[in-house]
Amino acid sequence: MKHTPIYGLMAEFDSASELVAAARQTHAAGYSKIDAYSPFPVEELAEAIGFHRNGVPLVTLIGGLLGGLSGYLLQWWIATVSYPVNVGGKPYHSWPSFIVVTFEMTILFAGIFAVFGMLALNGLPMPYHPVFNVARFAFATKDRFFLIIFSSDPRYSSVETRRFLESLGPRSISEVPS
Amino acid sequence: MEEQKQPVALESSAPVIGPGHSFATVTDKISAIVLTRPTSTGWFVGFGVAFLLTMMMLFAIGYLFVRGTGIWGITIPIGWGFAIVNFVWWIGIGHAGTLISAILLLLRQSWRNSINRFAEAMTLFAVSAAGIFPLIHVGRPWLAYWLFPYPNTMNYWPQFRSPLVWDVFAVSTYFTISLLFWFVGLVPDLATLRDRSQSRPAQIIYGMLALGWRGSARHWHRYETAYLLLAGLATPLVLSVHTVVSFDFAVGIVPGWHTTIFPPYFVAGAIYSGFAMVLMLAIPIRKLYGLEDFITERHLQNSAKVMLATGLIVAYGYAIEAFMGWYSGNRYDAFTLWNRLHGPYAIPYWALLICNIFVPQVLWIRKLRTSPPALFLISGVILVGMWLERFIIVVVSLHRDFLTSSWGMYYPTRWDWMTYIGTIGMFLAAMFLFVRILPMISIFEMRTLLPEAEVKPE
Repeated sequence: MKHTPIYGLMAEFDSASELVAAARQTHAAGYSKIDAYSPFPVEELAEAIGFHRNGVPLVTLIGGLLGGLSGYLLQWWIATVSYPVNVGGKPYHSWPSFIVVTFEMTILFAGIFAVFGMLALNGLPMPYHPVFNVARFAFATKDRFFLIIFSSDPRYSSVETRRFLESLGPRSISEVPS
Repeated sequence: MEEQKQPVALESSAPVIGPGHSFATVTDKISAIVLTRPTSTGWFVGFGVAFLLTMMMLFAIGYLFVRGTGIWGITIPIGWGFAIVNFVWWIGIGHAGTLISAILLLLRQSWRNSINRFAEAMTLFAVSAAGIFPLIHVGRPWLAYWLFPYPNTMNYWPQFRSPLVWDVFAVSTYFTISLLFWFVGLVPDLATLRDRSQSRPAQIIYGMLALGWRGSARHWHRYETAYLLLAGLATPLVLSVHTVVSFDFAVGIVPGWHTTIFPPYFVAGAIYSGFAMVLMLAIPIRKLYGLEDFITERHLQNSAKVMLATGLIVAYGYAIEAFMGWYSGNRYDAFTLWNRLHGPYAIPYWALLICNIFVPQVLWIRKLRTSPPALFLISGVILVGMWLERFIIVVVSLHRDFLTSSWGMYYPTRWDWMTYIGTIGMFLAAMFLFVRILPMISIFEMRTLLPEAEVKPE
């Protein structure tokens, strides 16, 4: 039989509280390549697996600055350099008139950067992922909570890690084929 | 510590979510509407009627493309007519969706979780309906892309000192951000549908749309950040959109338009009509799909209160307009007021006052605030009133301005009515499709409302 490499070991829990407690213990036990899955955002969970900050705010800020600057410069260049039109004797560079479009462009770019930045940092779209091989994982989008220790973790060992996960009192443990 | 767990249960007795629900029942109940429950005859009848009205709209627009805007009632001096009245009305309706999804999220009003999804859908469809009008009103709609700044062989650029160009940016940004907000909110629920659906095509379609969402803690962390940032961006955006729409009028010098109260009073009016539309959709939907557990009395009551508050701001706007007409000493402003009260369009103006100011005052009565049929009726009255308001602002201001020699009258034609009623059909057809193929209540946000979602401290 063909040997399938193992992607990790996955434990299933009944509640968010159990999962957070298990994730904390796993992290404390020295496992670093771990992830947890829940059917709704659980604030404490990211902390528990040692994930504290993400890059989305910075990406959004860059998008907003880019949008605002390009919006203003576009109007300035059009109104003073490329297509100057005298409207009621107003100066060509009549900046108060340019605020609305600058504002809208700031919001537009910041919003687009926030969404696509979030997706890119999350590595989405990714229609296939090894965790989907576990049949029980379909409940991760309903009412079950999962913890995985990846086989790439330096402390991973198929016997020791399974024993460790069993000590956390999960509902079930499954091997995730990659 | 204990009282912190129930942040908004102070006055209303009705809960945000009915008793006896768990993660599984919430998931099943909402996803079943899309996945397993048979489509009712009522749905087909409703969708059929809405679809026919959509076809009527396309017919009216098709004929417009053949004959030009002369088939409408617009004349000089009333060059704006129904197209702009309907544009402002629809854009305003959209505002409640963003208010519910963004502003109430920032204010931590968790009751919003069961109505934000379909309110956001309502925003998208209302803005789509709104967007049709300026495009077909430009006269040569095949050249509508001239509104955007792009390098061209005519060596021409849009005039950025014009509020009409600001409006292009405001409305297109609003639509884009609303679409992103709605789609981002849908992704985890699409993953739920992917995992729940039994048929292969549904699994593939929902699976592709879900982008491979798997609910990882890292993903949720970035997701929550992005969602919160989007809400923070959408909040000033939604206030700016109707402000910019009001600039279309207020920057002009026409009496009845040239006033600084327009931005706040337009925004309040937008939210007012938007909540009326939310209620007109929510009340039948919760009844037909048996969602009284999720869209409870509390939601109806809160929406009614928002309508009452914004309605009073609108009433204040009318009062200040009337006061300034008298107090400014400007004879044209004074005449505008007289003309509204006694001129040829006096009946719409008095009807507007009755619909927008007098009738909604019954919402002070608690019994009516919690009665779905009464709320449905009052919301209908408010929607009519807000439409009349835009009619008064656009038509009555334009039809008699400074020079008596340039006065005129505006009479909408059957093509005006067909286009307007047709967009209502298009809006409803889109809503019918939405409730049938997508989860109309945010499943994952409903899960967070359950007590078992709380992580117990060790």
